[in-house]
Amino acid sequence: MEFLPNLIFAILLFTGIGFFARNISKLKRNIDLGKDVDTSDQTKIRWKNMARIALGQSKMVRRPIAGILHIVVYVGFVVINIEVLEIIIDGLFGTHRIFSGIGSLYGVLIGTFEILAALVFVAVIIFWFRRNVVKIQRFMKSEMKGWPKLDGNLILYFEIVLMGLFIIMNATDVEFQSTNSGNIISQFFAPMFEGYNVHLIERVAWWMHIVGILVFLNYLYYSKHLHILLAFPNTYYGSVKPKGYFNNLEAVTNEVKLMMDPNIDPFATTEEDASIPDKFGASDVQDLNWVQLLNAYTCTECGRCTSECPANQTGKKLSPRKIMMDTRDRLVEVGNNIDTNKGVFVPDGKQLLGDYITNEELWACTSCNACVEACPISIDPLSIILEMRRYLVMEQSAAPMELNTMMSNIENNGAPWPYNQMDRLNWKND
Amino acid sequence: MSDVLKVPTMAEFMATGKQPEVLFWVGCAGSFDDRARKITKAFVRLLNKAKVEFAVLGTEESCTGDPAKRSGNEFLFQMQAVTNIEVLNAYEVKKIVTACPHCFNTLKNEYPSLGGDYAVMHHTQFLKSLLEEGRLSIEGGKFKGKRITFHDPCYLGRANDVYEAPRDLIQKLDAELVEMKNCRKKGLCCGAGGAQMFKDAEKGDKEINIERTEQAMEVTPEIIATGCPFCNTMMTDGVKNKAEGQIEVMDVAELIANANDL
Repeated sequence: MEFLPNLIFAILLFTGIGFFARNISKLKRNIDLGKDVDTSDQTKIRWKNMARIALGQSKMVRRPIAGILHIVVYVGFVVINIEVLEIIIDGLFGTHRIFSGIGSLYGVLIGTFEILAALVFVAVIIFWFRRNVVKIQRFMKSEMKGWPKLDGNLILYFEIVLMGLFIIMNATDVEFQSTNSGNIISQFFAPMFEGYNVHLIERVAWWMHIVGILVFLNYLYYSKHLHILLAFPNTYYGSVKPKGYFNNLEAVTNEVKLMMDPNIDPFATTEEDASIPDKFGASDVQDLNWVQLLNAYTCTECGRCTSECPANQTGKKLSPRKIMMDTRDRLVEVGNNIDTNKGVFVPDGKQLLGDYITNEELWACTSCNACVEACPISIDPLSIILEMRRYLVMEQSAAPMELNTMMSNIENNGAPWPYNQMDRLNWKND
Repeated sequence: MSDVLKVPTMAEFMATGKQPEVLFWVGCAGSFDDRARKITKAFVRLLNKAKVEFAVLGTEESCTGDPAKRSGNEFLFQMQAVTNIEVLNAYEVKKIVTACPHCFNTLKNEYPSLGGDYAVMHHTQFLKSLLEEGRLSIEGGKFKGKRITFHDPCYLGRANDVYEAPRDLIQKLDAELVEMKNCRKKGLCCGAGGAQMFKDAEKGDKEINIERTEQAMEVTPEIIATGCPFCNTMMTDGVKNKAEGQIEVMDVAELIANANDL
């Protein structure tokens, strides 16, 4: 019976991590549903982007208040996790504060954690106020009603509780308090527990803290919060080209070259039709590439993109954040479909286009790249919008009327307006 | 206005066996739109004054395909691109300057992988290089102390990170360059990009160009400068709606040409 707590701890730990690993492999499988795209170029720049944008949070601080608060939470999260290592060792081997053996440095370490925990606590409360009391506009958009709003708040509650438990756990640890080293914050809370069974409270807080961490870890997969992990690969695989560059569809290039080649036999049967895709553009998540799907899972719904979007600012339905959320939600739906059908996707009569994203949203985009620029972790909603426009135009001929007119002008006279190409130089003689 | 413009075509250069220093890609707006034609001519006057040996494709030029691509019509875009590349490569063009950021972006970023590799410059970059080489000078007198704000075209700024060339030119005019609250990387679109120029906006509560014009009006400029024929149209419309007669919308090339009494 002596080893019962260790056993329980080990079971909890491995179940928690195992369940998380299972979900991560599902996530990876879902991302792999996307089309392949070559990201092997410019590795140096890619590493630099990851270091600067994800690790260094360079784009977060463009909005100073949210940016600085976010850095507090981010640094706190990373640093306090060193403490989790100690908790795991203690839990598995029945030790108590195993690292305290390192002497006075331990006090410095725990002191730092305590200060960070307090800062995170404050930052998270400010975040909560921004969402629920100040009601900052970008958190109030229509796509943020219901689950996304609750999700955002739940994450904040998790963090408040975890930080609180960490301080309580330290405040009620009589032995730790007696060393009077590293208890920078918890010393002020210790007197509150005098007269109670502090040993019991300490154990409860300790267990709840580690269980809370494991629950939070597993909550990630079901929430918008995956960015704490995916921001790193996402900034690595993000575009390294100028933002104005839209990819040239290779399948189209092959077709166009065939059409332009005077030596080609038009009646010859082409054997390698493999290069021609079954669909131009995207109507569902499987038509997007895997980086776009990774983008969707990475989005944490901060809404900086939407708040910078000129269409959204002027009351149009388009919200780049909603494009990302829709893509993710549909991808999750497709993934669940595969799970319930033993590894194969059974058509469910739904798709991203129409059932999630409407034509009206897609046609409101000015392709101005404000959303791409605004994203603090290199998500590109514009590429998805373009891919879906391609489907609408090339597969469904469903462009707005005026655009069809514009395109037939280009086809017929080489300009978007109905002017004769032979008049191109007339301006010279105005 | 001034005397006759010298606008040689590539075909004429070819006939004399010479290569021009640079090809001026005029673009559809620059060729056909009444307002944009004035920008084209202002730029040509500057090229003439700086004695730049340039040529245009004239009737051999065709739409780059930008609005087709942004609408989603990749076929039409690539047809246009491949046709244009054939013409450009036949003339062995190496360097292109254009006054349209959409043409600039497409030629610079999307033509290379289709076989068209050129050094492409926006006209504000090109004018700046002419100044630096001492081939062109700017008289500031006319615009001295005038409040000018620069509207960043999306396809010049965010799309290609060109923010300073147009601003450097404006500052050379001894003008007072004032910045809107949304400028450079955060510049608000005029509403024309992504082929929106050619269609009505979706339902909303405001037009984008009105929003942008209002942002410009906040800094009370006498002139809104821009470097894109489509932005020019949108901002001109916005000004007509909100500040008729109080603000002028001008291309940076027009400012420089005006300052030089061209």
